[in-house]
Amino acid sequence: MIEVTDLYKEFKGVPVLKGVSTTFEKGVTSMIIGQSGSGKTVFLKCLVGLHVPDRGIISFDGRKHTELDIKEHRLLRQEIGMVFQGGALYDSLTVEENIMFPLKMFADQPFSEMLDRVNFVLKRVNLENANKKFPAELSGGMQKRVSIARAIVMNPKYLFCDEPNSGLDPNTATVIDNLIKEITEEYQIITVINSHDMNSVMEIGEKIIFLKDGVKEWEGSNKEIFITENEAVVNFVYSSNLFRKVREAYLKETK
Amino acid sequence: MNYLRHVGKYFIMLRQVFRKPQKWSVFREMLFREIEDLGLKSLGIIAFISFFVGGVIAIQTALNVDNPFIPKYLIGFATKQSMILEFAPTFMSVILAGKVGSYISSSIGTMRVTEQIDALEVMGINSLNYLVLPKIIATIFFYPLLISLAMFLGIYGGYVAGTLTDLFYSEDYLYGIRLDFDPYYIQYALIKTVVFAFVIATIPAYHGYYVKGGSLEVGRASTQAVVWTSVVIILLNYFLTQMLLG
Ligand SMILES: Nc1ncnc2c1ncn2[C@@H]1O[C@H](COP(=O)(O)OP(=O)(O)O)[C@@H](O)[C@H]1O
Ligand SMILES: [Mg+2]
Repeated sequence: MIEVTDLYKEFKGVPVLKGVSTTFEKGVTSMIIGQSGSGKTVFLKCLVGLHVPDRGIISFDGRKHTELDIKEHRLLRQEIGMVFQGGALYDSLTVEENIMFPLKMFADQPFSEMLDRVNFVLKRVNLENANKKFPAELSGGMQKRVSIARAIVMNPKYLFCDEPNSGLDPNTATVIDNLIKEITEEYQIITVINSHDMNSVMEIGEKIIFLKDGVKEWEGSNKEIFITENEAVVNFVYSSNLFRKVREAYLKETK
Repeated sequence: MNYLRHVGKYFIMLRQVFRKPQKWSVFREMLFREIEDLGLKSLGIIAFISFFVGGVIAIQTALNVDNPFIPKYLIGFATKQSMILEFAPTFMSVILAGKVGSYISSSIGTMRVTEQIDALEVMGINSLNYLVLPKIIATIFFYPLLISLAMFLGIYGGYVAGTLTDLFYSEDYLYGIRLDFDPYYIQYALIKTVVFAFVIATIPAYHGYYVKGGSLEVGRASTQAVVWTSVVIILLNYFLTQMLLG
């Protein structure tokens, strides 16, 4: 379990996260939602240790960032997989080299074993015969798959995804969402996904945290978000007419 | 005040760079890649420029010494001295600052703004050590070779200029370049080269690594990197010359 308690972060005196507390469970895809600029990326980067929070406690199964020395930190990071918003693939390396990179760096295996593992995860994300391609030669959806493959190659206990389906067409987005959910359940990973895409939220959001101006405004599941009375959530979720109509119909039906 | 802050941050960066590589096999791979990108790929331009610069120095010296009391072998001597002392180590380093410096800062800067550096850090990799140390090792070992080649080609360029024009005799030129040969001059030039190589690898890396924003900022950082690398080379050249020859 990841426990976040009273997380506070500011940049040059401007607070971005104003005391956020929550927990994330094993085998569950949790989602952080909120408008652009609401602090989702900063929240995720605090969790993985790329930003140092000004206040608050982050505990990975009892291990707190602030209490770890450099070596323990490195070990923790090897248990973390992260999918960045733009993919963040190393553009001078091929697909195969990208995914093999963490193995080369941390696993003492012969090359053939590493290659087997790379091919295994590539197959897992449904991307075969792309081993020798460079990131620039791939479509957006394929880049995301490679990025996911790289994030899971070390068998992480924790998986973080920053807007994994931004910039993808709706079909591909759904495929990527479901892929992350499957992987989470299959390997019992603690998964946290940033998103502002309501489709994903409805599709895979087992636990949803709604951030607004750096505050956790609401927390619940994708079943509850449909019927909540919280005004900010309703405004965010039902910013489109279609969703609003669906909600009204749904509420009428359930009464 | 701001300059001091940058200087401080630069040295703090170097502290992170000079750590033991986390995996030697990965380091070796990176090192060979850098030797190719930062060294071998500059061979052509350095050879081309030094050859012609040597030729021009010889011709200009010849045109300026038409006084019959000045011996013609001075042309060879002057070409050799200026190539070894300044044109090869300093002038070529400034050219490398432009070519290699902009490459280093834009490639690292792009990695920064596309979160590739974050991706390294999340994996538990010391990104500065991983990205910058191989560049430093590659340049400080390869550039002395490159600059020695530039010295040789420059002097040879002067010789070729002599044979193509009738400004001076080859024998005089060859006599001139052997005249008063002091190996310390080569040592002095190579010491300068190593220092400049370090500057060429690290100052652009600093500008790229700490860039914030998008591609526009990466472009700006790259310009800044070339300017500062050149300025620092010229200043260090002055101090090193005073220290080593003064
Ligand atoms: N490194 C940084 N320095 C200064 N301000 C930042 C930095 N990173 C994010 N911010 C600010 O924090 C706020 C939240 O950003 P972010 O977490 O990226 O939002 P989003 O929810 O869209 O991911 C924004 O106003 C952004 O300008
Ligand atoms: Mg974001």
